[in-house]
Amino acid sequence: MIALLTRDMRLAVRAGGGFGLGLAFFLIVVVMVPFGVGPETALLSRIAPGVLWIGALLACLLSLDRIFALDWEDGSLDLLATAPLPMEAIAVVKALAHWLTSALPLVLAAPALGVLLNLPPAGYLWLILSLAVGTPALSVIGTFGAALTVGLKRGGLLLSLLVLPLYVPTLIFGAEVARRGAEGLAVATPLAMLAGISAGAVALLPFASAAVLRINLR
Amino acid sequence: MDLTVRNLAVARGGIPVLAGVQFTVSPGRALVLRGPNGSGKTTLLRTVAGLQPPFEGSVTGAEDRIAYAAHADGIKSMLSVTENLSFWARVFGTGEIAPALAAFDLDALRDRLAGNLSAGQKRRLGLARLMVTGRPVWVLDEPTVSLDAASVALFAEAVRAHLAQGGSALMATHIDLGLTEAEPFDVTPFRARPQLSHADEAFL
Repeated sequence: MIALLTRDMRLAVRAGGGFGLGLAFFLIVVVMVPFGVGPETALLSRIAPGVLWIGALLACLLSLDRIFALDWEDGSLDLLATAPLPMEAIAVVKALAHWLTSALPLVLAAPALGVLLNLPPAGYLWLILSLAVGTPALSVIGTFGAALTVGLKRGGLLLSLLVLPLYVPTLIFGAEVARRGAEGLAVATPLAMLAGISAGAVALLPFASAAVLRINLR
Repeated sequence: MDLTVRNLAVARGGIPVLAGVQFTVSPGRALVLRGPNGSGKTTLLRTVAGLQPPFEGSVTGAEDRIAYAAHADGIKSMLSVTENLSFWARVFGTGEIAPALAAFDLDALRDRLAGNLSAGQKRRLGLARLMVTGRPVWVLDEPTVSLDAASVALFAEAVRAHLAQGGSALMATHIDLGLTEAEPFDVTPFRARPQLSHADEAFL
């Protein structure tokens, strides 16, 4: 499993691996929002948590179709399926590699982008925390979507249509944690819901991804 | 332990292509599948490798003992030859890649990116992967495609060494590798009859 994780991370940071694409996309989206809504700092600080969450979510979506598609194209997925690793472990490792290379940089970059949107000082801790707790769910749900669409030509768009509705609960509670944190309100309830969604997705979805992959490999 | 296939029927896209296939591959032996294009050799090999379920019948002695090599080599072009091989060695829990590099004459290419290899060199790398898996049963689908005569000889030598160590091989190939341990197995007689409904028979 560690071998697969290190290989995927190494591939992601080599040329053409797509590392940093999501981060650059996140940066550009967030930088463009003030141009769109105008330079009113009061309005910007109100919408900052939501904009940062939507930006992070879309940036996460960008790299999803690479999770299995590349391995499917060059035949590695067939070979991995005959390797001693169970398919569930492959799904977990792929989701983890996606989280480490795509989502974690977003979590770390979010505070810097918060400054651009005039996020209130109280909000930074909760923004990072909500992203750190919520993005694992995005990666695992995305891996499930990638498993569903593996082998389809131009499956990326279908993948987005399948995955975005499943991202809604994570977005609602994640943005709610960041918003309430920024306004200095209690965050315990949405944070618990967000953590619950992540924990449930991480525990259950790898089994679904593995089942779908087995069917798609036939 | 023998690889045994009993009364196996395999289907591609829900349509049975082969039925009633029976064979046994003992340690030290190789079975070479023959048959025209589209006769179901690849489907049979994928079923034996466990990538798709049998339509009917059973495959025994294959679970976790198979190293599968298909048309695609599963090579990452942005990794070097050594990195590609070590990855599979670690996945299969074996350490040594040096014998595999030597057997397929890849020593001079070890630090080259796999994306810069020629088609034949890529194939050699794909076949070298078999040696680092440490699995006793090799299931090979057209292993000699894009290999030159010298590389085919290297491959035949690797198969011979594998069989001598008590391994076995099941392969689909049109080239005579000159293996004395290999028996041919023609899949043509096992072609599945098209299943016709009664309505269709009235028109025949």
